[in-house]
Amino acid sequence: MVEYRLKTPLKEDEVRKLNVGDILYITGTIFSARDQAHRRILEYAEKGLELPFNLDGAVIFHVGPIMQRKDDRWVVVSAGPTTSTRMNSTTPKLLERFRVRVIIGKGGMSFEVAEALKRFGAVYCHFTGGAGVLAAKNIKEVEGVEWIDLGMPEAVWKLKVEDFGPVTVTIDSKGRSLYETVKKSVEENLKKIYQQI
Amino acid sequence: MRINPKTLEEVAFKLLEKAATSLPDDVKKALKSAYEREDSPTAKTELKNILDNIESAEKLKKPLCQDTGMISFYVRSREIENFVEVRKALIDATVKATETIPLRPNAVHPITRKNTGNNVGEHIPHIEWIYTDQDHVELIASIKGGGSENMSALAMITPGLGVKGVKKFIVDTVVKAGAQPCPPTIVGVGLGGTVEISFKLAKLALLRPLGSRNKDKDISRLEDELFNLINQTGVGPMGLGGKTTCLDVKIEYAHCHTATLPVAVYFQCWADRRASAKISLDGSFEFIV
Repeated sequence: MVEYRLKTPLKEDEVRKLNVGDILYITGTIFSARDQAHRRILEYAEKGLELPFNLDGAVIFHVGPIMQRKDDRWVVVSAGPTTSTRMNSTTPKLLERFRVRVIIGKGGMSFEVAEALKRFGAVYCHFTGGAGVLAAKNIKEVEGVEWIDLGMPEAVWKLKVEDFGPVTVTIDSKGRSLYETVKKSVEENLKKIYQQI
Repeated sequence: MRINPKTLEEVAFKLLEKAATSLPDDVKKALKSAYEREDSPTAKTELKNILDNIESAEKLKKPLCQDTGMISFYVRSREIENFVEVRKALIDATVKATETIPLRPNAVHPITRKNTGNNVGEHIPHIEWIYTDQDHVELIASIKGGGSENMSALAMITPGLGVKGVKKFIVDTVVKAGAQPCPPTIVGVGLGGTVEISFKLAKLALLRPLGSRNKDKDISRLEDELFNLINQTGVGPMGLGGKTTCLDVKIEYAHCHTATLPVAVYFQCWADRRASAKISLDGSFEFIV
């Protein structure tokens, strides 16, 4: 387990060296995106339209934050991760089309996503689910918002972060996944549990 | 009886605020003892983050999880004369809470996915009336996130499989849910009844304090047994492995049709946000949870 302090935009070689279990603190800009934003990003890509934000070397955070308007700016109230599996179907294409390097969420992602992470050079990281206030503490400023018509949780929020973390690498770009390790031991445990039922 | 809508609106708002920004003592106690019990560093880190987050949220009076969920109210009282006024008061409290706490607007149309912006929509917030013979009103507010909703499941077990079939379905559902409902979860089970009744019972089970046991001896034994079995799975906090997969299992039951055995498994994430208050007829009120 190694601790890394990374700055956005991220380069492929910086991310390829990360291993499952490593702890990251990210400084720079991260983008919130969940179900609806993923769909729209891919629609834009299909139609050849330019996105209103740059995903080259980007960090995507699966989050639907609570934001509050104060005077003429937005303030983050609470911003923990959402369940990443909902983005399983759209993520491989997203990784293929854009050079996203880090995805932060909770709950893990599918085998197909792990394959795409490996192929395109990106990692998936875990942030404690429900820890919305802890996450908000590391967000220094809301730089902007796109696609607010999707509603507060589904819009793409451009977030300025300083040492955002600790986030743990749970699927690396070498095809290793902490979820697969846990799944195997749970399957073993389940055999013993069935004997007691 | 008549409930003063102004008082009710004020209490409902306070309950939503309390529920969103703090956790009941029984939940905090269970999370702390889980932290003590775990020995893997990953599991300990997850629980530490959870505990730190609760502490910060309570101090800053901010919603501890950004998913402030779908809102449900449970009104326990004698038969109410001013039903329409009471309903309006609960809706008004929801709108005010969304704007001022603030809560995340979560209510969207199921087809268009258009967000109403204020957590009010068709049948939302959910309001359930439970008639009692008490001379006071008990109001319970529950806010429940989407992650744990998505993993909830129903099975119509073949009655011939008996309690073994019930246990296997519940354990399998927990394992299948894995990391997704934000474990350690609280597993609410509605056993028997009909499809409709089973989920209502599972939700009522979730509203009971952690550690409370069903007064039926067979059911309470099943609660204990499932609690132990689920915590042997090793799913652990946030599904990253560990001893604590659930904080409790609570079951409510109803008699069912001789041909059926419904089992509703209703997950509650660790952020078990509920608050309740007793409102007396003179308009005074006190928090219960």
